[in-house]
Amino acid sequence: MLALILFFIFAALCVGGAINLLVQKHPINSALSLIVVMGSLALIYLLLGAEFVAAVQVIVYAGAVMVLFVFVIMLLNAGEEERLPHGSRVATMLGVPALIIGLGIAAAVVSHLTGLDRIAIGGPTVMNGADVFGNPQAIGRLLFRDYLLPFEVTSILILVAIMGAVVLARREED
Amino acid sequence: MGIGTYILVSIVKILIAVMVLLTAVAYTVWLERKVVGHMQNRWGPTRVGPFGLLQPLADGLKFIFKEDLTPPYVHRPLYMLAPIIAVTTALTSIAVIPVGPWITLGSISTPLQITDVNIGLLIILGITSVGVYGVALAGWSSNSKYSMLGGLRASAQMISYEVALGLSLIGVLIYTGSFSLSDIVNQQAGTWFGFIPKWNIFQGQFVGFFIYIMAAYAETNRIPFDLPEAETELVAGYHTEYSSMKFAMFFMAEYANMVTVACLASVLFLGGWSGPVFGPPLLQSLLPVCWFALRVFAFLFLYIWVRGTLPRFRYDQLMAFGWKFLLPLAIANIVVTSLVVAIK
Repeated sequence: MLALILFFIFAALCVGGAINLLVQKHPINSALSLIVVMGSLALIYLLLGAEFVAAVQVIVYAGAVMVLFVFVIMLLNAGEEERLPHGSRVATMLGVPALIIGLGIAAAVVSHLTGLDRIAIGGPTVMNGADVFGNPQAIGRLLFRDYLLPFEVTSILILVAIMGAVVLARREED
Repeated sequence: MGIGTYILVSIVKILIAVMVLLTAVAYTVWLERKVVGHMQNRWGPTRVGPFGLLQPLADGLKFIFKEDLTPPYVHRPLYMLAPIIAVTTALTSIAVIPVGPWITLGSISTPLQITDVNIGLLIILGITSVGVYGVALAGWSSNSKYSMLGGLRASAQMISYEVALGLSLIGVLIYTGSFSLSDIVNQQAGTWFGFIPKWNIFQGQFVGFFIYIMAAYAETNRIPFDLPEAETELVAGYHTEYSSMKFAMFFMAEYANMVTVACLASVLFLGGWSGPVFGPPLLQSLLPVCWFALRVFAFLFLYIWVRGTLPRFRYDQLMAFGWKFLLPLAIANIVVTSLVVAIK
């Protein structure tokens, strides 16, 4: 019960942050809203019993990636974005609720068809009998035993992307 | 233990931890002024109380009574938010630090740490990485060149050294096989030949300890890596435009981070609370805490000693040191440690 209440609090925070991200005019406010989204996602992972994923979500996304976003915004000294004049106000008033309701219905249908709505929120989910899903040991076993090849391929892909970025950034010096 | 007792015990532990941490912060400032003073052939604070011991109290009162100026043209919401982020993240990470083993008082038995979670180390790293926003936003929202430069320097420096800091801990994790800080301490209990303690620093993690110290100095913006607040070039860096309690919050955050880093160093590399335990039951449960406090004090003294000894690095030297020396060294340390553990 408590897990369900917490889930709705963090889910509301997450959606609110996402909407604020779009509405805000200044890029730094948008970046901070994105941090709120990342943080509440981490808390939802925690509610699902995936504490390792939650911690990594905070360290990598809310910590490292978003710090770089904020850093770039500070460095470019980006100002408030200029908005084009809005369209019809009636369309906004009717369109936004209609879109939300439409997405809600779509989500309900999809989660019912795929069986996602039968996953319980809160408490660690037990997989394979004794193996607790989401703890560091279980994730390590998945990454380095069951899915070793995809994991290594992804690492090499990221390495190639990093080297590509370095090459592109240094090209002007020759 | 019922849920009511559990909540009550937790609240008591949180209150004690916060009080002790804030007192430690205040007296680290006093210790720093005193020790650096003696190193420079001065007395340091002497006027308020015996040996200037009441100086932190006087400083605190002064901060409270100063006028709280908010300069015009600042980005107000973020200007207010930045010191709050800095001080909150600095005080939160103490929650997973174990200062002693389990103690039993009557029918209540509890570990001497606010909460023992199995990803304790990751929580500290996560909170530290969020703490960067306090400094970065302070620099940006002040709308001043000096603050801006300080904020930029701080965020670049903290991102760079976070990598080396995280990698330096992996050696310890490979030995222990757990992220839980109390597991890490328990694994270091015992001695070889009766006198060499089985601390991680003596288990081949000396290089890891060295990288950790260097990265920790940079993470807490201390000399020799205190470029974000280099007073000769940036006035006071990211907190130039802050006054009164808002300035004090940045100050508290910096020293609280120092204490946390010292606690983490003791837990990870120096055996946590392990040490000789003897005497009556009460003394037996209090001695480990004393051993722990002694290690933290030694580490803080080292911080101050370095501050009194070393000059400040240049910024390009700082970046080159972090990326070209500490990072490869940390990776080499991981490789060697894994090989040793695999061969065992």
